[in-house]
Amino acid sequence: MSLTQSLLRSPAVAALTSPHGVDRYLEIMNPMWAVHDVRARVIGIHPETDEVTTLTLRPTSTWHGFRAGQFVQVGVEVDGARRTRCFSISSSEVGDPDTLTITVRAHDDGLVSAYLAHRARLGLVLHLSHAEGTFTLPETLPQRLLMISGGSGITPVMSMVRTLVDREYAGRITFLHYSRFPGSTIFGRELEELAGRENIDLAVVHTRAGGERFTAARLEQVAPDFADIDTFVCGPAGLVENVQRVFGDNDRLRVEYFKTSTITADPDNAHGSVRFARSGRAAENTGGTLLEQAEALGLRPEYGCRMGICFSCTSRKTEGTVRNVITGAESGLPDEDIQICVSQPMGDCAVDL
Amino acid sequence: MTTTSHRTTLTPEQLEAFGAEMDAIRQRVIADLGTDDADYIRGIVKAQRRFEIAGRALFYLPPAWPLAVAALSVSKILDNMEIGHNVMHGQYDWMGDPGLSSKMYEWDNVCPSEQWKYSHNYIHHTFTNILGKDRDIGYGVLRMDEDQEWKPYYLGNPLYAFLLMVFFEWGVLMHDLEIERIVAGERTWADTKHLHKGMLRKVRNQTLKDYVLFPALTGPLFVPTVVGNVTANLVRNVWAFGIIFCGHFPAGVSTFSEEETENESRGHWYYRQLLGSANITGGKLFHIMTGNLSFQIEHHLFPDLPARRYPQIAAEVRGICERYGLGYNTGPLARQLGSVARKICRFALPDRKKSHDPSPVAQLRPAA
Repeated sequence: MSLTQSLLRSPAVAALTSPHGVDRYLEIMNPMWAVHDVRARVIGIHPETDEVTTLTLRPTSTWHGFRAGQFVQVGVEVDGARRTRCFSISSSEVGDPDTLTITVRAHDDGLVSAYLAHRARLGLVLHLSHAEGTFTLPETLPQRLLMISGGSGITPVMSMVRTLVDREYAGRITFLHYSRFPGSTIFGRELEELAGRENIDLAVVHTRAGGERFTAARLEQVAPDFADIDTFVCGPAGLVENVQRVFGDNDRLRVEYFKTSTITADPDNAHGSVRFARSGRAAENTGGTLLEQAEALGLRPEYGCRMGICFSCTSRKTEGTVRNVITGAESGLPDEDIQICVSQPMGDCAVDL
Repeated sequence: MTTTSHRTTLTPEQLEAFGAEMDAIRQRVIADLGTDDADYIRGIVKAQRRFEIAGRALFYLPPAWPLAVAALSVSKILDNMEIGHNVMHGQYDWMGDPGLSSKMYEWDNVCPSEQWKYSHNYIHHTFTNILGKDRDIGYGVLRMDEDQEWKPYYLGNPLYAFLLMVFFEWGVLMHDLEIERIVAGERTWADTKHLHKGMLRKVRNQTLKDYVLFPALTGPLFVPTVVGNVTANLVRNVWAFGIIFCGHFPAGVSTFSEEETENESRGHWYYRQLLGSANITGGKLFHIMTGNLSFQIEHHLFPDLPARRYPQIAAEVRGICERYGLGYNTGPLARQLGSVARKICRFALPDRKKSHDPSPVAQLRPAA
């Protein structure tokens, strides 16, 4: 850490800049000057497919680095409001420590992903969290690794594979990737190169071009001894659930979702009413998450990732039982702090919003 | 009660329609929030930070002392009013910026934001001008309404008001302690224990910065810097006091009883906010320096809309009031201040029999 950094982080400077903090003064001079906040400037834009773009980011000196497979929360301002979503880092953890890449698919209903994939320009400054997540390679690398990914779920897996290649990993990697069409395959050319490496067995399946979706038989075929191999899977909920079914409770399997809602809203099954106490708004329970229901009633609760990670939306539930849409866990404790972005009311429910 | 006698009363149906018109304005503005609002508040924040840096730096140049005090005063006024007060109302929460979030913002003032949000956003804005509930009527110190029973203590009304003006930020700090209720034996010191830690921490941070560290950094100029910082805080105190007192205390502003606001409808809540507040006329810069609290009526109707929107909707609000025959209290600063000063002095004395209000309807400007 430089002398300036140490000085700016000192208790004396904190006392002088109280109550706002030193970053609030630095940011008006240069958005890339910070001693606590993490931000990043877009320094490279590389289209992967029509809908997918890789952004190269140079973070502020406050960035702590990352491990392959981790994700970051990325905040971008759209129409004056900061929207935050999680994206896996796609670059290798070996190499230039001052850059990282994220690879973003523009979703139809994704304000942030569409903005980053299509509207990001060189020089844009994004808000960043530190790298998070435990979907990472073991400290001591085993002799075999199995990677399974679907669609843009390839991003954290690619970060791992690139890292392994850069570290000259001597073990064997079996890599099974699912994409819809040849033209929609992210990192298509790089995958071809990887396939040429003697320690990587790569199979890319195009499910909308005659390829079969994931089956246990296919897994047996590419890795008969899969039960003894450290395995990483990332992709849509359907793929992840199928792989989980095959592995059962085998703890060699590590999972990362890139989409929420394994339990989707079922309006026919929803009952009771939802009440937002502070604003006095109430409505029939639609079965959606409490965040969605609050927004439908015109409330604007704070939120970040909308997938149960960042805790920005944490609110006090005063009555009722909710179900976590990711884990399926139900909870009926009164006066409980819940993440409204992943909580679905099970009948009557009241939230202090 | 004179406070209610010259008030236009509306039927429940009219109140409902009035409330619906107010709701419609609110919905329209909320749907329109965007980049302009974000750019505006960021611009104000930028200006405030620059004034602060300039003010702190100019203390190194002794001849520039008045400029330093002026810059620091402007910084503190902007920080407390157009930024702090409004951000803590949640006006910019939709931006998702932690630096402008009501949950996280802390202002350049000895009162901890957490305590301010309780006494101001909740108590004052919910129970506005309800005697016995809204502690901002006289702040537990002054007699500002004839329905507050006169006691010899209130002979000191003008003196207390003067002291409150000079030490305004400290008065705001102590507001939540409800010392008058401790004196009256309705509350014990132990009941305020949960407030002490936050108060002490904030007071320590503010005094350390303004009265020790920044003066010490100017070395031999320690004394002029301390005096300058005291002056800047004083300027902010006097200004904030003046603007805030013009918000609810000019003649013609109504107060309400607990009985008449029981089971209040949303329409009646809007009606009470309107009749319990008063605006100040002035130019654009003046409005910014008041944190747009010169649009106190619009602020009380829509406390969580970004304050820059108040001037934009004021004409429409006034037009609606006119249609319903409701008063819209507004006037230049000097007139509103004079009216407040007269009230402070008048209520120092016991009420004259049968003539409660020496200046009734005349001061209530009709909406026309």
